[in-house]
Amino acid sequence: MNKQRIVVVGNGMVGHKFIDTLIADESVDYEIITFSEESRLAYDRVQLSGFFSGKTADDLALTDAIYYQENGINFVLNDKVVTLDTKNNQVVTNSGRVESYDKLVLATGSFPFVPPIAGNDKEHCHVYRTIDDLEDITASGKSSKVGVVVGGGLLGLEAANALVNLGLETHVVEFAPRLMAVQLDDGGGQLLRRKIEALGVQVHTEKATTEIVDGENCRYRMNFADGNFLETDTIVFSAGIRPQDELARQFDLKIGERGGIAINDQCQTNVENVYAIGECALWDNKIFGLVAPGYQMAKVAAAHIKGESLTFTGADMSTKLKLLGIDVASIGEVHGQTPGAQSYTYHDEIEQVYKRLIVSEDGTKIVGAVLVGDAEAYGTLLQLLLNDMTLPENPAVLILPSTGDQQAAGFGVEALPETATICSCFDVSKGDLTSAVAAGCCTMGDLKEQTKASTGCGGCSALTKQVLDSELASLGFEVNNDLCEHFAYSRQELADIIRVKKITTFDQLLESYGSGLGCEICKPTAGSILASYWNEYVLEDTHIELQDSNDLYLGNIQKNGTYSVVPRIAGGEITPDKLIVLGEVAKEFDLYTKITGGQRIDLFGAQLHELPVIWQQLIDAGFETGHAYGKSLRTVKSCVGNTWCRFGVDDSMSLALNLENRYKGLRSPHKIKFAVSGCTRECAEAQSKDIGLISTENGWNMYVCGNGGMRPRHGDLFASGLDEQTLIKYIDRFLMFYVRTADRLQRTSVWMENMEGGLDYLREVVIEDKLNLAAELELEMENNIKNYQCEWKTTLQNPEKLKRFKHFINSDDTDNQLAFELEREQRIPAQQTIKVVELTA
Amino acid sequence: MSQWFNICKSEDLAPNSGICAQFESQQVAIFFCQRNQDLYAVSNFDPIAQANVISRGIIGSTQGETYVASPLYKQRFNLKTGVCLDLPEHVLKTYAVRIDAEHVQLQATA
Repeated sequence: MNKQRIVVVGNGMVGHKFIDTLIADESVDYEIITFSEESRLAYDRVQLSGFFSGKTADDLALTDAIYYQENGINFVLNDKVVTLDTKNNQVVTNSGRVESYDKLVLATGSFPFVPPIAGNDKEHCHVYRTIDDLEDITASGKSSKVGVVVGGGLLGLEAANALVNLGLETHVVEFAPRLMAVQLDDGGGQLLRRKIEALGVQVHTEKATTEIVDGENCRYRMNFADGNFLETDTIVFSAGIRPQDELARQFDLKIGERGGIAINDQCQTNVENVYAIGECALWDNKIFGLVAPGYQMAKVAAAHIKGESLTFTGADMSTKLKLLGIDVASIGEVHGQTPGAQSYTYHDEIEQVYKRLIVSEDGTKIVGAVLVGDAEAYGTLLQLLLNDMTLPENPAVLILPSTGDQQAAGFGVEALPETATICSCFDVSKGDLTSAVAAGCCTMGDLKEQTKASTGCGGCSALTKQVLDSELASLGFEVNNDLCEHFAYSRQELADIIRVKKITTFDQLLESYGSGLGCEICKPTAGSILASYWNEYVLEDTHIELQDSNDLYLGNIQKNGTYSVVPRIAGGEITPDKLIVLGEVAKEFDLYTKITGGQRIDLFGAQLHELPVIWQQLIDAGFETGHAYGKSLRTVKSCVGNTWCRFGVDDSMSLALNLENRYKGLRSPHKIKFAVSGCTRECAEAQSKDIGLISTENGWNMYVCGNGGMRPRHGDLFASGLDEQTLIKYIDRFLMFYVRTADRLQRTSVWMENMEGGLDYLREVVIEDKLNLAAELELEMENNIKNYQCEWKTTLQNPEKLKRFKHFINSDDTDNQLAFELEREQRIPAQQTIKVVELTA
Repeated sequence: MSQWFNICKSEDLAPNSGICAQFESQQVAIFFCQRNQDLYAVSNFDPIAQANVISRGIIGSTQGETYVASPLYKQRFNLKTGVCLDLPEHVLKTYAVRIDAEHVQLQATA
């Protein structure tokens, strides 16, 4: 028997979900072909704005050609289905391709509505829907100073964020009297406006654009119905979506009065073997412009084709998101259409938080809620709504800020039924999470990978974490963050103890808080924390036992027990004279010489007794230690910037030197690398560093938490358009917060990924100073900088310390088992194994 | 009884850390653990990394046993027995060591 043939028109998020659902079910086998008019397979449109903070099309991809090929899915890109013949069960594409089907699934999505304004088709007028659109907007941004978004809804504000990220003076023009008119009430909309305006985005409400004409100061001028006008270089239309029902409309499928392909509870259209899912579909006269209901429809259609029974019963349109860094959430019905409903409002004008909870007439059930400025209550309130739970006796506590020792308001996740949906993007229930935990997922990372929960919009991450913690607790797991057997504390706790109790030696720490003799885990950790806060000489008698192989002899130990020598060459800038000194030293001591990835020079093969002699020569020539041996700031890589480069926008060299000299020697949980690029060509590869700075016309863009290595990660855009002073403030805070809270040997990337709230939380701490820590962190950094010393200089001035730099305590002989050979005219360790002469025991 | 030899002054010992001594044309790592006033001597050669580096390791303890962690690949060797805790097929030669007046002494192995 021939396989059933399914044609899927459209490969967006929902079309892909439909296909993926069928792939996942191994009991069925269909011949599937999908068409996309875009040049890419499905990608995550919800995260589209991530494109402006450094995400690439690949990062956003939900699938790829290989996955489809492996699973026998045929796909055709850049080709649009233009004819639908429901009598003969055939479709025809733009390119003339004819495909027959047994079942047809329309997942054509929606298209952005562009208001019929004269001039709306001018060159720098865009919409905001596809990656191609974003690329066009970026291109326009390069030749623009001012940008306007038409539409103050959810997508419009995302588009505004994009324009801000592009460095444009940004305006939002909205027809309605308030922003996000669908999701917010008056109070919420007003506060959102105030907050957005505080960020420099200008909001114009109750404005109807009548025409777009040539401007005087800018490229265009938008004329409004009230006689006012606005000049701009770029316009982005984001005035809502319309279902993409053109195909269905032309070929006689039933369409709703205001558009949309009508479907029943099984997602079938009026033609039995034709389905419609996602934003093109109209169910109960409603279009669902969110991804979760689309996914639900995809599952329902797939189930129906497989002969299973699943029905679409509508979807909750609650939503939580971060717009321009502002938390906004809307739950249930907020426009007073529920008879008898009453509300509680909490409005804090100082902290700029607005929360309104709308409850049923008898006060026992939630009807809806609006949250602006603080959306932490979202998870709790949504669950109360979705599970039709009874409100606590005094519902106001749900939106009141928690005061000190009082338990956070709300309910324990234990109260939720197993069927409660926690992650609506991936339809993960509490039951799914609890069984994943029971099967061995013990961390958020495991749980995300296993269940996909909170990997979509991320709105449920706090709730998912709560379920995880409560499950682990009920399974009797004790979450153990102990550093090692000697300290029943995490690194963060030890850092707190050392800082708060002003502990300056390992002895004090071990005596008061530890047991045993310590070990190779806790000693270097304590050494690093002590150095971060008090920055004493690391080879002080009391600290010497704490130093790992490299710090112990202020060099990088190599496989044969010799060391490499790396003087600091800040920003990679070096005079010819100094370069000659390096060459002479290397020649004298026969050191293998190599340029490092951090724009400096590494000299290999120095023996213990040679180290002080080598360093004396280097220091005499004006070098200082490069801390290549420490878990500390390594290098600030840089391009030459506008001093030489014809494309340079700013002086990246000077900034790199300032930064390297400011943070050199800062001991930290792991190594830290910086880079500074003088323009967006990014020659210094700043986006692959813990801290990356890129110059733009509007100031420095700051990227954080990138790294190369085993698991490369691009940095995330943290803040943009900064001046040098603000930049340094942010870096001070960022680094000291990292020093304070990271785990041992945790790079900034993993630190941030494991942080509840992630990048947004980090911004709140560093930029908005949510924890009221900024001054303290800056002071700690100041102390560290004040106590900086070149460890080699100190060592050379101290004869007692120099005694340690010889191989034998009782002889001037050297290690006679070291053997070298020549390769490409340089000395390297002998490649055959050293003969063992003494191992007779 | 084998003879004891003066190796160095006791003030040359690095508290809670190691030093390397030449003895009978062998390399011996001597550790002084100040916290329990113990003295240990083992071969300086790390059989896993194949390099003379043991004296530069960090002293630690687990379940009451004192060990040194090799600075190269961090395998731990019991300082009393020389047995590697992580790969017990590797064993460091051990030496008898003591402090006599102001001298650190090793006992001849022959």
